[in-house]
Amino acid sequence: MSDPVSGMDARTGSAGVTPSAGPPPAIELKDINKSFGPVRANKNVDLFVRAGTIHGVVGENGAGKSTLMSILYGFYEADRGEIFVAGEKVRIDSSQAAIKAGIGMVHQHFMLVNTFTVLENVMLGAESGALIRESAAAATSKLKQLADNYGLHVDINGITGELPVGDQQRVEILKALYRGARVLILDEPTGVLTPQETDQLFEILKALKDEGVTVVLITHKLREIMEVTDYVSVMRHGEMVAHRTTSQTSKEELAELMVGRKVIDNVSKKAENFGEASLVVERLSIISGQGVALVDDVSFQVRAGEIVGIAGVSGNGQSQLLEALSGIRPIDKGRIVLNGREITPEHPGDPSEVRELKVAHVPEDRHRMGLVTSFQAKESVVLGYHRLPRYNPGILLDQQVIGDECVRLMDDFDVRPRQPEIKSANMSGGNQQKLILAREIDKAPEVLLVGQPTRGVDIGAIEFIHDQLLALRDGGCAILMVSVEIEEIMKLSDRILVMYDGRIVSNIDRQDADVNTLGLMMANAHEGAIRRRGGQ
Amino acid sequence: MKGQYDGAGDNDVSNGTKPLPRWIDIGLIPVINVCIALLVSGLVIMVIGEDPWEAVKIMIHGALGYEEGIGYTLYYTTNFIFTGLAVAVAFHAGLFNIGGEGQAYIGGLGVGLAILLFDTSLPAFLLIPLAILAAALFGGIYAAIPAYLQAYRGSHIVITTIMFNFIASAIMVYLMVNVLIKPGQQSPESREFSEAGQIPFIHEVFDWVGIEITHTPLNLTIVWAVICCVALWFFIWRSKWGYEIRAVGFNETASMYAGVKPARVIMLSMIISGALAGMVGLNEIMGVQHRLLLNFTAGYGFTGIAVSLMGRNHPFGIVLASLLFGVLYQGGGELAFDMPTITREMVVAIQGFVILFSGALAYMITPWMTRLYNRMQGSGPAPVEAES
Repeated sequence: MSDPVSGMDARTGSAGVTPSAGPPPAIELKDINKSFGPVRANKNVDLFVRAGTIHGVVGENGAGKSTLMSILYGFYEADRGEIFVAGEKVRIDSSQAAIKAGIGMVHQHFMLVNTFTVLENVMLGAESGALIRESAAAATSKLKQLADNYGLHVDINGITGELPVGDQQRVEILKALYRGARVLILDEPTGVLTPQETDQLFEILKALKDEGVTVVLITHKLREIMEVTDYVSVMRHGEMVAHRTTSQTSKEELAELMVGRKVIDNVSKKAENFGEASLVVERLSIISGQGVALVDDVSFQVRAGEIVGIAGVSGNGQSQLLEALSGIRPIDKGRIVLNGREITPEHPGDPSEVRELKVAHVPEDRHRMGLVTSFQAKESVVLGYHRLPRYNPGILLDQQVIGDECVRLMDDFDVRPRQPEIKSANMSGGNQQKLILAREIDKAPEVLLVGQPTRGVDIGAIEFIHDQLLALRDGGCAILMVSVEIEEIMKLSDRILVMYDGRIVSNIDRQDADVNTLGLMMANAHEGAIRRRGGQ
Repeated sequence: MKGQYDGAGDNDVSNGTKPLPRWIDIGLIPVINVCIALLVSGLVIMVIGEDPWEAVKIMIHGALGYEEGIGYTLYYTTNFIFTGLAVAVAFHAGLFNIGGEGQAYIGGLGVGLAILLFDTSLPAFLLIPLAILAAALFGGIYAAIPAYLQAYRGSHIVITTIMFNFIASAIMVYLMVNVLIKPGQQSPESREFSEAGQIPFIHEVFDWVGIEITHTPLNLTIVWAVICCVALWFFIWRSKWGYEIRAVGFNETASMYAGVKPARVIMLSMIISGALAGMVGLNEIMGVQHRLLLNFTAGYGFTGIAVSLMGRNHPFGIVLASLLFGVLYQGGGELAFDMPTITREMVVAIQGFVILFSGALAYMITPWMTRLYNRMQGSGPAPVEAES
């Protein structure tokens, strides 16, 4: 574990961080400590970011990356430690102070007013005078200049909410640059992008680098680190465990550093053993209140023992499809057959009834739907099953039975911390997801609907969740999986559907699929979407 | 996807502060709120030239210093418990029931009608459950109408329940003046209930075992109030119905995913809410007045909102908050009596301050307390995941 940059492991002390050669520092963090109550989110963290480079910070969820960046951007103040910007010690106690120091941040979830134009969003909070007209004129010319310099082209008079996600992200970058950022922090920027949009983003980041802007890229995707960064720092359990020069490291080494052990990611999928179709969808349509077809004439089936993966940029009807299949949303045309029960517009489904048909559902959005964040873990663990007789021996819910079952599921699915009384919101994303999977898989479903099984989940948990899904498949469950992660689709699916604009535009065997074609199908669809909106 | 925090970027760093521990949130902050209210009240009393310290002493003595005061305080407390619970149960379903006043009024009508019809034919041990049932039924049905409009027609429950207070008031005036008035008298009141139609006073209960205490309006309804508190706790936190109510209140989408029908939950929680508010009628009509009359709700329904907020929608907190408001009502009355410069209106103003600071502004000092607490603790949320 020696550091190729300094010849020392970062853990051995701050001396190991400062390189003897290379460009001068843009940002230097020394001995940063931050505790949240008993939890030490950052322990003696050092970080040295060279000016004009792209510096990756990787780590699992909960490793302390976001805490560190929040300290740098002034959301938190460190309990101890020093921050140097361009060699000078600064105190950053608010995001205004960070902006003043030339630090800009692009958040994972955009901080944009959707009804404003791009120009208005960029100006918001940075108007040059009392009159909007004058500010707008000044901002327009400055934005033009920025766009030309960095290839950041966005229709500045477009309504932000109507822009594709990739463009919205560019607006965020423009906002930061407009405020004079020389250091740009991007927090998990590719989570919402297609592969093609990701490539475009990386082009922009490289252009920024060429112009001398320093980029700090926070991610848990190692492919991106390898592709775009110059240096990379690895965090684990709140500590900075290694610094590497990207060209001298590998995905495997970084993964091992992140997780603290070797990661085996070559899934051995058992041979196909498909049975009868457990889930049949025929000419299904769902029409929105405005008369738009959210799901448009969709037909497919999922057989027992088969994983069907639905790929696609999010927002192309996958969510509505899952909601319809699980009985939450009524359908407008066509029919769904679940284990022999027919759901039609005339005979709508009901989530409780669908559950009784041995159909389990792991929703795409665990915060909005999969659990109640204010509930205790043991309360969330019976969500949807709280009416089962075994929980209701009399008129009251049996706390003992529910608590015991929660502990058992937490044991089986390695959910941490093993506290049935913990508030669901206080568990990490990965543990929340494992708890939901445990709840659904434990009911031995014959059909499993699962959306974004590993969104916001750390590497260790991803492995575990994938293994669980495959085991369920081998046990003869029919699984329909919606995911925006192409790699996940490729890894798990037996058959792959691509959804675009409510329709299924491709239905192919896993053997016939490759990442590029799939990405193109999703991205072509995406370009089509831009054309339709009249942008660019 | 946008706009929801998925936890994908480590911890929930969205606000950057650690939530206050429970003892501060439901213990210290309400106490501080009341202190602020008393402080402001003290200033007002000083302005009119009286000694605030003396006023506080009179209030406390008047409410808790002697038997009669205690009796009155607990009698007021009984009403506040019912209306506080009523607001709380709706609140757990995410609903703001402003209609406690009207539901209490109509609940009292139910009690009155039941007893006027049966007090000559049924014994007391049947009349009391009958009256409880009538209070629940009338209050519940009266709350069910706005609930239906909210659940199935989308009319906002705050607006409809406010309007239903006026409707209740109009109904009662009409009925009392034209229908239920005892013939041959001027004031719009019904005939007095017979002995069987009266809930025994506490001083009567003591009398049975040979202890003599001062006569006050305090009656056995307070026991029923305590039973309701315990029952409601079990209902909300230990039954599948309460589970569904809380699920809808916290996260309606997740509750729909779980197969819960939010519309039904709205109906259920509002009917229970109205039934609890209706119990004020039990205390007032059957327990104290022994006849049906106008305006017996006297604002208890509205004060219940402050009680529930202050008690953090928890039965135990509501009992404490009800006690406080009982003290304020009773002590305030004494104050107006003992200090002539402090008029009845002045006392209402003081009560108003407490409602303002612990009801409407209940969370005003929370940010400051959070900052203070974080500074003392070393700040930040407690992401349990970081240790896993």
